[in-house]
Amino acid sequence: MSGQGKDLDRREFIGRAAKAGLGVAAVGALAWWGYDGKGPDATSGAAPSVKLPSYAVRGRERRLAIVKSSHRVPALRAGLEALGGLGAFVGAGQRVLIKVNAAFASPPALCATSNPELVAELVRLCKKAGAREVIVTDNPINDPASCFELSGIGPAARAAGARVMLPHPAAFASYSLPGGRLIQNWPLLWGPLEGVDRVIGLAPVKDHHRSQASATMKNWYGLLGGRRNVFHQDINGIISELGRMVTPSLVIADGVVSLARNGPTGGSLEDLKPTGTMILGTDQVAVDSVAVGLLGLSPSQVAWLGLAQKAGVGTTDYQALKPRLVELG
Amino acid sequence: MKITTARRISQAFFLALFLWFCVVATVGERLWQLRGWPVNWFLELDPLTGLTTLIAGGSLYSGLLWGAATLALTLLLGRFFCGWVCPFGAMHHFIGWLGNHSKDPKERARRNAPHPAQQIKYFLLAFFLGAAASDLAARLLLGQGAAFAAGAIAIALVLAATRKGQGRDFYFIAVGVLLALWAVWSMAAPRGGASLLAGLLDPIPLASRSVNLALLPLADMPLRIAWPEPRFYQGAAMIGAIFLAFLLLNLWRPRFFCRYVCPTGALFGLLARFSLYKVGKREARCGGCMDCEALCEGACRPAGRLRPQECVLCLNCLSECPESAITYRPKPSAAGEVAPDLSRRRVLAGLGVGLAAPPLLGLGGLLGPNWDPRLIRPPGSLPEGEFLRRCLRCGQCMRVCPTGVLQPAGPSFGLEALWTPVLNNTIGTSGCQPRCVACSHICPSAAIRPISLAEKLGQGEYAAQGPIRLGTAFVDRGRCLPWAMDRPCIVCQENCPVSPKAIFTRVAYQTVISGLSAGEAGGGELAVSGRALRPGALATGDYYLVAGEVRARIRANTNAALSLEPGPGWHTPTPGSPVAVQVRLQRPYVDPARCIGCGICQHECPVSGKRAIRVSAENATREPRHSLLLKGAGPH
Ligand code: SF4
Ligand code: SF4
Repeated sequence: MSGQGKDLDRREFIGRAAKAGLGVAAVGALAWWGYDGKGPDATSGAAPSVKLPSYAVRGRERRLAIVKSSHRVPALRAGLEALGGLGAFVGAGQRVLIKVNAAFASPPALCATSNPELVAELVRLCKKAGAREVIVTDNPINDPASCFELSGIGPAARAAGARVMLPHPAAFASYSLPGGRLIQNWPLLWGPLEGVDRVIGLAPVKDHHRSQASATMKNWYGLLGGRRNVFHQDINGIISELGRMVTPSLVIADGVVSLARNGPTGGSLEDLKPTGTMILGTDQVAVDSVAVGLLGLSPSQVAWLGLAQKAGVGTTDYQALKPRLVELG
Repeated sequence: MKITTARRISQAFFLALFLWFCVVATVGERLWQLRGWPVNWFLELDPLTGLTTLIAGGSLYSGLLWGAATLALTLLLGRFFCGWVCPFGAMHHFIGWLGNHSKDPKERARRNAPHPAQQIKYFLLAFFLGAAASDLAARLLLGQGAAFAAGAIAIALVLAATRKGQGRDFYFIAVGVLLALWAVWSMAAPRGGASLLAGLLDPIPLASRSVNLALLPLADMPLRIAWPEPRFYQGAAMIGAIFLAFLLLNLWRPRFFCRYVCPTGALFGLLARFSLYKVGKREARCGGCMDCEALCEGACRPAGRLRPQECVLCLNCLSECPESAITYRPKPSAAGEVAPDLSRRRVLAGLGVGLAAPPLLGLGGLLGPNWDPRLIRPPGSLPEGEFLRRCLRCGQCMRVCPTGVLQPAGPSFGLEALWTPVLNNTIGTSGCQPRCVACSHICPSAAIRPISLAEKLGQGEYAAQGPIRLGTAFVDRGRCLPWAMDRPCIVCQENCPVSPKAIFTRVAYQTVISGLSAGEAGGGELAVSGRALRPGALATGDYYLVAGEVRARIRANTNAALSLEPGPGWHTPTPGSPVAVQVRLQRPYVDPARCIGCGICQHECPVSGKRAIRVSAENATREPRHSLLLKGAGPH
């Protein structure tokens, strides 16, 4: 026993030393792996950043249709017809995003949000045009789930076969507008945009105390996340940057009934004004220039239209686009 | 099937049902959402919620009638609720089993032996009943005059004196003094508060609160079933920690909460002594293997003289006794029973402390001069005094609120308001939505009474009384961008949902660059000198050049020239004349006659920390004494 004892001691020592060595190596490796001599830099923790492509349909630029009607769905159909049919914008197998205005948890009758029947009809028409998937989204101001339910947009869109996507922290990615001043490293509602081929904006025409009017360009505000309300310090600047940020396939301003005062929330039927007009087009500045007219404003009075025009988003001289006029009565 | 298997199935079923109700308390129309599910059923079955709201609030609201059924069944069957229905009990049971089933039977029998601490729950019950009855008793007393006060004290002392215990004069004195204090207080302060403190430890409110405000938000974070966005509850850590602590204590003593703490169990225990059916031994003697004691959930000594008030009807003894010596029948145990060792003095002391608690809490002045303007209660809430007499702190309203604006009040609101719902307009996805009345319909005790949308909005038959106001928004001019920092904003005005808006603005032109003088005009531009401008900085549409009394909007600028959009009356200033740059500000004002206190403005204010517009509870409809305005004295 004692003779072997020494041997065993030695063997035991070697074994223990090997274990200790492994431990030392592991500690060293962990420290090496985690070592950081500089400390974190200022951009640490930023979300991955994304780029927004243009969703414009080639050869369909500078189109505009103005429909006079007191009914929304026929107006939409007639307006699309005047632009060459929705098939001119949406092709078979495409994924289409409809950016609605679902900002407030208020019922459709108050016209503070996109009209649900209109949303449903647009969804159906996209499907008919062959769209593989139609997504309806917005990042509302009030509670998102309530906004989509109470405005009627959620149920209507789902029933028409669309996928309704509500904002969620994981759906946002960081975005910087190339050459932009305000939209830099800002959370963008990217989830619904990811992989879509077409983007259609569908917005009601509304009064807005700070920016004078809200229509299709201001509607992209709902793609921003974060504490976006700081942008109200430069409301005209942000709306024109929004116009630069999204180059849509098509925008539709619903002014069949406009929210003519107390906007953009409204809250009473008395705030509404029948203005009998739906404007559809591929130039958002032109569409909104017609839309502000429904609120008694001329495009030159509205600072954000001027800024957007200057930035090359479109033209306030909508007559230059030779709009197709449709009268439905 | 063994009876204990049936019991386990029943426990699992009711626990799953309870959790299911917590999940489906989501506003919406889908199957798993609130569409007629009786999500308050467990709260209603709990008779302590009914009893305390009845005593303190004066009525047994709606579904709380279920509590009477539970009590009636208890009189027939014993504490069936604890062993077969109570979801909190099922959790304790299961964790206690996890921690103890592998232990040696002797050790288990030791842990399951009756312990004097089991009396604590009876004193807690007495305390909570006393606290609930404080106001009622004071009113009865006042009605009959001061003689009753003396009478009550005398009776208390006599009762105490009937116990022969010597050297315990302490109790006589303590009880006497407490009652005397309370009697004096109740004569001096006729409208004192009662407080439904029972909700702090009442098992179903406790479990509801913990699951609703801590467990579910945690579990839903990755799942996103109950809420599309992560849900936050202030102070949820404390609520969750207490819940966890009670669960973990089962590892030390099985059913720790049920044995020592549960005031509802105590209420059941008082009845179970007289219940028709009871667990008990057939014969006084048995083999003495003590298997039953190792399994007894209630710590009621089934092998010896049984304590029927402690028996939770787990029926382990009955099912596992190798000699089948234990039965469940309409007869006391053949080996005899032990009544709870409740000294009258201690029960009286519990009652006395309970009676004295509301006046003591009242010294904080919450219901009086020191009312807390942060206590913005959900729409339909009763006046604060009545509210506190009914609120169970169950968290159902906070669970159902679609925006998450309803939050459990933390300790800084006072013990009497701890974990009651309060609006925190900076948390959640919005303020209180004008077109929502969800909380008022889920509230199981009508602390938030059920209101209709028409009543909330002041429409239809409620047009004359106007909308329900939760409070009033106040602009903090030291933080508001247009007021304090020369920056345009009015996000609050934009988002105010009232029509016409409760926030109006007044335009102010504020000089931001002075000391300029006009230069040459030409090509639609005006040169300026005196100070270099930042190119493009004035092009936002909010800046104006002022010359004398007239202004022109600045369209664009270089460092020394402006492009202008002339306004009415504008004429090009003569070269060399002084000009200045002004910012056009719309400054927000709140019209208190219109503001409903929904807090949406506060939620949206871009001053993201301490908001520049904040709602506080002044002018809330439910407390006329906190109203702000003189009727008919406003300009509109
Ligand atoms: S009424 Fe207001 S506080 Fe109550 S649940 Fe609805 S949004 Fe929440
Ligand atoms: S709290 Fe008052 S001012 Fe603020 S949004 Fe609500 S109603 Fe308007």
